[in-house]
Amino acid sequence: MTYQLICGAEIHVELNTKSKMFCGCKNDPFGATKPNIYTCPVCLGMPGALPVPNKKAIEDCILIGLALGCKIARVSKFDRKHYFYPDLPKGYQISQYDEPFCYEGKVETSFGPVRITRVHMEEDTAKMHHETISVGARHASPVSLIDFNRSSVPLVEIVTEPDIKSGEMAKEFLKKVRDIIRALGVSSCDMEKGSMRLEANISLSPVGAGSSRPLPLSPSELPNYKVEVKNINSFRFFANSLDFEFKRQSEILDKGETPVQETRGYRDGRGTVSQRVKEGAADYRYFPDPDIPPILVSEEWLDSIKARLPQLPDDIASELVASGVPASAAKIIVTNAEMMEFITQVKKLDPKSVRFAANDLVNKKIELGKLTPEQYLKDRQAKSADKITNEATLTDHLQKIITANPNIVAEYKAGKTTVSAFFIGQLMRATAGHADPSVANKLLVDLLH
Amino acid sequence: MRNDISRIDEIYSNFARYGDKLNAFITLREQKQVLADFAHAPNGPLKGVTYVLKDAYVTKGIKTTVASNVLGNFIPPYDATVYRKMTEAGAILLGKMNMDAWGHGGSTENTDFGPSHNPWDQKRVAGGSSGGTAVAIAANLAECAIGEDTGGSIRNPADWNNITGLKVTYGRVSRYGAIAYASSFDTVGPMAHTAADCAAILSVIAGEDPYDATSSPHPVDDYVSHLSDSLNGKVIGIPTEMFDKGLDPEIKSTILASKAIWEKLGIKVIEISLPIADLALAAYYLIAPSETSSNLGRYDGIRYGNDRSHFTDETMRRIMIGTYALSAGYYDAYYRQAQKVRTLLIQAYAKAHSQCDVILMPIMPTHATKIGEIVSDPLANLLADIYTTSQNPVGVPSLAIPAGFSQSGLPIGMQLVGSKFSESLLLAMGHQYQQITDWHTRSPKL
Repeated sequence: MTYQLICGAEIHVELNTKSKMFCGCKNDPFGATKPNIYTCPVCLGMPGALPVPNKKAIEDCILIGLALGCKIARVSKFDRKHYFYPDLPKGYQISQYDEPFCYEGKVETSFGPVRITRVHMEEDTAKMHHETISVGARHASPVSLIDFNRSSVPLVEIVTEPDIKSGEMAKEFLKKVRDIIRALGVSSCDMEKGSMRLEANISLSPVGAGSSRPLPLSPSELPNYKVEVKNINSFRFFANSLDFEFKRQSEILDKGETPVQETRGYRDGRGTVSQRVKEGAADYRYFPDPDIPPILVSEEWLDSIKARLPQLPDDIASELVASGVPASAAKIIVTNAEMMEFITQVKKLDPKSVRFAANDLVNKKIELGKLTPEQYLKDRQAKSADKITNEATLTDHLQKIITANPNIVAEYKAGKTTVSAFFIGQLMRATAGHADPSVANKLLVDLLH
Repeated sequence: MRNDISRIDEIYSNFARYGDKLNAFITLREQKQVLADFAHAPNGPLKGVTYVLKDAYVTKGIKTTVASNVLGNFIPPYDATVYRKMTEAGAILLGKMNMDAWGHGGSTENTDFGPSHNPWDQKRVAGGSSGGTAVAIAANLAECAIGEDTGGSIRNPADWNNITGLKVTYGRVSRYGAIAYASSFDTVGPMAHTAADCAAILSVIAGEDPYDATSSPHPVDDYVSHLSDSLNGKVIGIPTEMFDKGLDPEIKSTILASKAIWEKLGIKVIEISLPIADLALAAYYLIAPSETSSNLGRYDGIRYGNDRSHFTDETMRRIMIGTYALSAGYYDAYYRQAQKVRTLLIQAYAKAHSQCDVILMPIMPTHATKIGEIVSDPLANLLADIYTTSQNPVGVPSLAIPAGFSQSGLPIGMQLVGSKFSESLLLAMGHQYQQITDWHTRSPKL
C-alpha cells in the first residue's frame, strides 16, 4: 500500500516585547541573571491579581497574521484554558479559543500552499528545572524547581491546516514563516533558546496505485487518527520526524492496524518516542476570561498596524527577479539577513547594479561585513570606467592577433570554434585585461568570417 | 464619621467587652499599631477614620484568609488597590473581617473561623458573605468598611445589621487585590452607618485602575457634593413581582411604608414589572460557580500551604457545579445558556429603568436566620438570594439602607437599584431619606 503523508504544524513564537503579556514585568527570560527576578503578583498568579493585556503584543500578533495573509477579526477575546501543571500558577493559561485575532491565511511554497488556520495570542508558562540538590545534611534528592521569569511572556501560536505533504515541504514552509517573522522584527525565532517551538500533527492517508491524491483533503477524507510530535527544536528534526513517522505509521497501517492517537517526542538519532496516550480529547473547559473585556480592532488601529508591515521576503524576491536577478539567487538572498541588507543598500544607491551585486553575493565574491555597499559600487564603477569598449581600438588589437596566428585561424575555420577563447585571451593580455569581453567577442566573430 | 483618637480607645474597649462573642474579626490589629498608623496618617479626606476590610482583600504583610483554611496562613506580598487608596486617603485599618469563605454563602456560617453573630440577636446569623464587616459597623467596632458584593454580599448583611451598604456599578471600583469569587460579578463597595459616609468612601475608592482591565474610565462624580441634589420629579418603580409570595409580610409592609417618605422628597412612586426572579437565580448559580471553579484552580496545595481538602462543603459544591457547567458537552446547555439569560436580564433592567430612575425592592425575603438553621440546606440557602442575584449579572448599582424594624426588634432593610453609574442619585436618595428617618441611627444593645 502507498500512503500520502498529511501534516499540520503548530508553531509557537515568543514575542520580544519590552514587558510581559499581562503585567509590567520585564520580558527577557534568557537575559535574566537569576531565576524568578522578573516576577510580580500577576505573573505569579497570586490571589487577587488581575491580567491587563499588553497592547504592543496584540499588535505584533496581528502583524504576524497580516504577514501570513490572514483575515483579522474585528472583535476578539481571551479565554481561559484549564489544565493542571506546576508551571501554570493560575491553573489556567490565558489563550484564545474560538475568536483568535487572525484566521484563514496562506503561505506559498514551491510544493504548494500551506493554509494558516489561525494565529492567536497567549501567555507562556513558567519553566521547570528538574535537578538533584542537597539541602543541609540531607542526601542529594531530586527536586523540581520553577522559574517564573518566563511565566506570562507573550506567545503567538500559528496553526496550519494539514497541508504539509513532505519533510522538504515542511522545511521550506517553516523557514519561510521564520524569515517572515524575523523580517517583522517581533521575535528572534531562536529555536535553541525556545523562542520558536514546533509541533507536528502527522497521519497517513492511503492512496490508490499511481494516483497521488491532491491536498488539501476535505475533513471527511482525513484519517481517523493523528500523532502529535512535540519538542522539535530544528527544521531538520521536524522533517526527520515526518520521515520517521511516515515509515513507522505505514508499517502499522500495512498490518491493517491504526496507529495509536498519542503525543510523541522527537529524540535526535532515535526518531519519535511515545510520551503519553491521549484518551479522547482533553477537556480544557475553555470559557471567556472575565478579567479581560473583549478587544475591538478598529479600522484605525488596524491601519496603524498595517503601516508597520515591512516589505516581506516574497515581495523583495519578486522585485529582485524583476530587476534581472535569477530566481534561485533571489531566494538565497531573501533568507539571509546580511545579504538582504546589502542588496537593499545597493538598490538605494544604484538600482542598475542590483543584478551584478546579487550575482556577486550568491557567488560569495563579496565579503559581507568587510565590504560596504558603497565601496563595492565604487570598485565596480572604477573597473567599468577602465574598460575598453571602443570598437575601432579593439578591432585594431584583434586584427593584429589574427594576422600573427594563421594556424589558429585555420583551426577555427575548420569548425573548432572554441579556439575563439585563445584570441580573447591574447586580447586581454594586450589590453592588460581592460577589453570588454562581450564587445570583443562580437567583433571577433565578424572578423573571422 | 468620627476621626478622633479617642474613638480608637472606644473601639478597643468595645471589642474587649463583646468582640469575641460576635466573632466578626479574623484579624484584629494591635491597638499600638493602629495608633502608630493614626499618628502618621496622610492628610486625606478620610484622615483618622477607622475602618475594616472584608478578609477578601490582600494586604501586604497582614494575613489574608478569605475565611478559608486553604489560605489560613497567607501573608500577601502586595496591596489591593482599594486598600492602597484608603490608606492614602488617611483611613486607619483596624482589621480583616469574617465572611463566608471565598464569598460562598449569605450568612457567614460557611467559614473556617466560626460563624459571626448578629449583634441584634446573637443566636442569629450576621448575613453574608460580608458578615463580619457589617457586624463590626453595627456593633460599634469600626466606623466604616469595605465590603465585596458578588450576589448580595454587601446588601444582605447590611439588611440584617441595620447599616448602609453600596453595591457599585461593575467596573466602578478596582478589583485588583480582591480575591476573586466570580470575576464578572465581583464588586468592591463601601459599608457604613449612612449613605453620606458611603459617598465619602466611594469618592476615595472609585475610578479606573491600570491594574484592572475591567475598571471603567467613566468619570468619577463628587458623590458628597451631590448628596443634597433635588430629587423632585424622580421616579421610583416598585416591581410587583418582587413583593409577591415568599416575602415575609412584615418586611413587605415595612418597605412599602417608605412610599410616604419618598413622596415627601418629591419622588413619584409607581408600580412596574420586572419578571426576572426565576431567571436571575438560575443564571447566577451557573455563571458564578463556573467562574469560581476556574478562579480557585490555583489553590492546588503547591503554593499556599493548605491543599484542596481544606475547602468547605459549600465551596466544593460550587466548584463541582461550575466544573460541570464548563465541561465539554455541557457548556452549551449550562454556561452558554446562562450567558444568554444574562442578556435577557440586562434587557429586562433596561426596560424597567426606562420607566423609572430607581427600582425599590427587598433585600432578603426573611429576617436573619438562626445560626445553623439553613446552613445544612444548600437549596434553601441559595433561594434566599432571590432579590440580590439579578443586579450583579447586569452590573447595575444598588444601595441597601435601613427601612425599619420587625415587632421582634430585628432590622429590615431595602434596596434602591439604579442604572449603571447612577451612584450619585442612589446616594442622594439614601442620604435625604436618612435626613427624615432615624432607623440607621439605632444601635443594638450589647
